[in-house]
Amino acid sequence: MTATLPTGSDDTEGGHHAVLEVAREQVLDRGVGLDEAQVREVLGLPDDALPELLEVAHEVRMRWCGPDVEVEGIVSLKTGGCPEDCHFCSQSGLFSSPVRAAWLDVPSLVEAAVQTAATGATEFCIVAAVRGPDERLMAQMREGVAAIRAAVDINVAASLGMLSKEQVDDLVDMGVHRYNHNLETARSYFPHVVTTHTWEERWETLRMVREAGLEVCCGGIVGMGETLEQRAEFAAQLAELSPHEVPLNFLNPRPGTPFGDQPVMPAADALRTIAAFRLALPRTILRYAGGREITLGDLGTRDGLLGGINAVIVGNYLTTLGRPATDDLALLEELSMPVKALNAML
Amino acid sequence: MTEPATVWCARCGEDRSDSAHLACDVALVLEPPRYCTRCRRRMVVQIVPTGWSARCSEHGERRGGNAVGPVAT
Repeated sequence: MTATLPTGSDDTEGGHHAVLEVAREQVLDRGVGLDEAQVREVLGLPDDALPELLEVAHEVRMRWCGPDVEVEGIVSLKTGGCPEDCHFCSQSGLFSSPVRAAWLDVPSLVEAAVQTAATGATEFCIVAAVRGPDERLMAQMREGVAAIRAAVDINVAASLGMLSKEQVDDLVDMGVHRYNHNLETARSYFPHVVTTHTWEERWETLRMVREAGLEVCCGGIVGMGETLEQRAEFAAQLAELSPHEVPLNFLNPRPGTPFGDQPVMPAADALRTIAAFRLALPRTILRYAGGREITLGDLGTRDGLLGGINAVIVGNYLTTLGRPATDDLALLEELSMPVKALNAML
Repeated sequence: MTEPATVWCARCGEDRSDSAHLACDVALVLEPPRYCTRCRRRMVVQIVPTGWSARCSEHGERRGGNAVGPVAT
């Protein structure tokens, strides 16, 4: 199942694309996101419609989210040795990936938060490669989050896999304000990506997170071999969840993983996906996450920021490196997109 | 004292004299080293937003950017 380039099968008349007119009236004017069938139409637009599509998506973002860009840094608290088999991930202990297990100690975690805040970032997400946290990890979180909050003004988010209700409540008590748990892909494609747990188990954690009052961060990875129909399905499922933030990753094929030989997604497909997700989720924080450097490069990064993206992960990722934070911040300044300020209600 | 010659590829861990490693060299712009280039051991790597560190149990640590240390396994 491979995503194919569109063939211009949309409802086109003289270079005019009907779905973009619908997007202007429905999403831009009324703030109602495109549904699954409409997103599929957008994903099938031909390359010559891409500039207009990005323009509409940018207008939607500016109208319903504003010009601010939320900047975040992420760090791996516990790397590698994960018992799950997410086929894109080099941290699974089930694959022959060269990534070795490592734990970050609390002083180093705090130092990473301080360095992240110094870039102008307002979000710092602590990530662990686990099925779900055990008591050792929760204890490390308790100590680490307290130390970060004592040392630096930055919002702390977490991504620790599947949670129990008690663990959700613990994270709230620690002062974690947002929880990331990606659905990764469409429900219909999930069994081709992960076999050690289900899409529904992930949904259940997201439900508990929301009920506890934490902000929900939920996105996924595109370019894993899903069809355009499944990509549209995924956008619709995210819209149903209505998360505060959607991190959008593009597959960066990792050596030793089952998806290690997948091709890198074409840049035009990636940009169409960004715009389509923005049109499905007009009010959501849509964040550039992993894989954008190899998929889009510098020019594409700029195009995406002018095509629906309103948040970035700056600097490095969990197992790969990113552009220097200074490059992204200079680009935001050039585009007259202010970095979102830290919420005064910390 | 001269630096020992690089023998092993930092990305794939194979012998650099056996074949071209252009793709590995390109990839290493956006990846930290995973293998010690002197002994081929897999290294313990820690990445933070502004840097990275990679430690070989035999040949010590390499760092890039504003790495933080130490890592514990």
